[in-house]
Amino acid sequence: MGTFQIDFGEERKSTIVGIDLGTTNSLVAYMDLTSPRIVEDADGQKIVPSVVSLDEYETLIAGEQAREMLMTHPERSIYSVKRLMGRGVADVQEELKLFPFRIAEDSDAVIKVKLGSRTFTPPEISAVVLRQLKANAEIALQQPVTEAVITVPAYFNDAQRQATKDAGRLAGLDVLRLVNEPTAASLAYGLDKRKEGVIAVYDFGGGTFDISILRLHDGIFEVLATHGDTHLGGDDIDNLLLRIALEDLQTEWGEDLSTDSEGVQRLRRAVIDAKQELSFVPTAAIQLTYRGKTYQRQIDRALFERLIAPVVERTLEPCRACLADAHLTPEQIDEVVLVGGSTRIPLVRAAVERLFKAKPHTDLNPDEVVALGAAVQAGILSGDVEDKLLLDVTPLSLGIETMGGVVSKLIHRNSTIPASATESFTTAVDGQRNVLIHVVQGEREMVRDCRSLARFELKDIQPMPAGLARIEVRFLIDANGILNVTARDARTGQEQTVEVKPSYGLNEEQVEAMIRESFERAEEDMRERQVREARVEADNILAATEKAQRNEAWQALSPEERNDIEAAKLKLQSVYHGNDHRAINEQIEALNKATMALAENMMNTAVRGALKGTKVE
Amino acid sequence: MPSLPKNYFAFFGLDPKLVVDGDVLQKRFYELSRQWHPDRFSRKGADEQAQALEATSILNDGYRTLKDPVKRAEYLLTEEGFPIGEQRSKDVPPELLEEVFELNMALEELKSGDESARPQLEEAKRNFVDLQTEIDRELDALFRKYDASESRSETAKQALHEVRGALNRRRYIQNLIRDVDKALSPALAATESIEDRL
Repeated sequence: MGTFQIDFGEERKSTIVGIDLGTTNSLVAYMDLTSPRIVEDADGQKIVPSVVSLDEYETLIAGEQAREMLMTHPERSIYSVKRLMGRGVADVQEELKLFPFRIAEDSDAVIKVKLGSRTFTPPEISAVVLRQLKANAEIALQQPVTEAVITVPAYFNDAQRQATKDAGRLAGLDVLRLVNEPTAASLAYGLDKRKEGVIAVYDFGGGTFDISILRLHDGIFEVLATHGDTHLGGDDIDNLLLRIALEDLQTEWGEDLSTDSEGVQRLRRAVIDAKQELSFVPTAAIQLTYRGKTYQRQIDRALFERLIAPVVERTLEPCRACLADAHLTPEQIDEVVLVGGSTRIPLVRAAVERLFKAKPHTDLNPDEVVALGAAVQAGILSGDVEDKLLLDVTPLSLGIETMGGVVSKLIHRNSTIPASATESFTTAVDGQRNVLIHVVQGEREMVRDCRSLARFELKDIQPMPAGLARIEVRFLIDANGILNVTARDARTGQEQTVEVKPSYGLNEEQVEAMIRESFERAEEDMRERQVREARVEADNILAATEKAQRNEAWQALSPEERNDIEAAKLKLQSVYHGNDHRAINEQIEALNKATMALAENMMNTAVRGALKGTKVE
Repeated sequence: MPSLPKNYFAFFGLDPKLVVDGDVLQKRFYELSRQWHPDRFSRKGADEQAQALEATSILNDGYRTLKDPVKRAEYLLTEEGFPIGEQRSKDVPPELLEEVFELNMALEELKSGDESARPQLEEAKRNFVDLQTEIDRELDALFRKYDASESRSETAKQALHEVRGALNRRRYIQNLIRDVDKALSPALAATESIEDRL
């Protein structure tokens, strides 16, 4: 079929999408002319649950289907994987007590989780969610989507950001920018309508908490300070309720459901339902029917609030620290914006109102506001949105290890990014060729209390007496909050080789190997699907043929015609179990041709029958 | 591509002075951000992107330095060949010797659990804060003296020399205040960390 190509003179760039890759739920949005719009899937659903499962065909699936599988096949499913992004096994011991992550034995600096009999890294799991969002966006936009802005918690460290970027690459997305979630939310609120002012964004999501304070000035959104806790969210509230329910079941049913992963998943669902209801009604019930037994427990809001008060209190400390860092008092905050599903809880709203002495904005859906903001940022990058600009900061100080395990800070937290620092290094022994620099992130004085980020090895230094070499190393945090290190010989001006060994997360080769593998996998998956589809079609035509053979039309065929059909059927059956969809399709086609006369006969019989049955009155 | 000015004052289009109008600085910062931020270059070539990244890092580092009077003065001193690196807070200013000695005694007492040292420490802190305010006034006058003098003249050099002395005293006192704060409320000090020491 011929196609027309219209030359627009200038290459028409495809849409950049904005993605909120959440702990519990994810969304994708885009700029529709002048306002951001959330993508809906074929069923009109905006939210894609951040759940991933390995289905019966060994294919990874995400979203609602995976959430269903989480109930029926918890051992092949995973949720809240964001909690594992960019982290090592030692970091997540606390989480493991509360979350049913199945960690593979060979995990160390990069965690691997087991789904069925296979293992995956957190970026690979997140990539499945991203791929689903990408596919939804492609259907909605009717064009391929290859570029994205992805949001991350403001308090994410370098490794967590890098892992998110890796996930994007694995999903076939060029991640043009990582944007901090609270900052993105402020863009969506259109708060720039007020030209000047200071706003606080309180972002309490499924697994993370962030607070950011921004100054608005004529379309510029300047982040003054940010603080947070990457392990504090609605999940923690769920766990409190879950514990109560599990204790109840121990007494009422006399069994420990916590070891039954399917049971726990169903109970967790019930707990979440009750929690969500409690934001709107004064009392709700946790209800579970499982294996013929029924459990019901009434929870009123007073009890709920007593229970979760410590969790809510934990969000206020970062808020106070953030105010102090911004050199502001609560009275100086003009507006407060709430983001994240957990901010629907009345106790949370009350606490925020009390602290900031201002009634928080709640006019936008707290589940959607981050994705909407990500779409606005995508519009800024594409040039469609010209009047807005985000100036964000790095949430954690960056330093290097010096003598005695003491940290020397190079870039302080809350510095506007991109930010840089240059340090000179020299050799300690004669003829030394390599220098190792240990970079950490965090606010504490000792290396052991900070987060190891990476070891950078300066290589191929000119051999010379100790202390004579002078290597200038530049540490640059880019607009994504990710560190880049370059080095040069200060005397010759020559670029110096720097080898990066990330302390957590994947290195470049691993990511590339995964991308290659995922392409191969995708081809394999595609082949499998084509074979499955061809077999379904073969089943249909074989069944139809057999049915037709019982029809009087069969008898009307010549013996040769009948022989041809039988032969074609046999040939199709012989290739049916093979793995070549083309061979199956060929034989389907052949059988189709052979049965042409039969079909015609049947049609005529049918018409005759229809005419016979028609009464003319 | 034209090369970017590395000097912060030059990048902001300002004269290298010790007194800077904060509003002017902020306005220039926003204008230059609109011009250079990497968000404006995401669909440009690699060279242009690299230059935008370079420009914004100079811009942001410069804004951080120039908006803070102390950092600004330290930066200008270094650029004018008055490095402040080595003799940071080592030497006790002679006029403070006696007070520092008594302060250290009181700090030791409180650390060993002697709460009676608390009022003395609070008193000492007030003194040091007053002293710091006084140095700030002195610095302000020195800033103006430098700005009024001809660039690189003897008067200018003399002014920078005095600025350096005042900055060192200021830093020394600031550290003392921090030590006292730490002793008076250990919990607070833990969150403050080493922020101000560097």
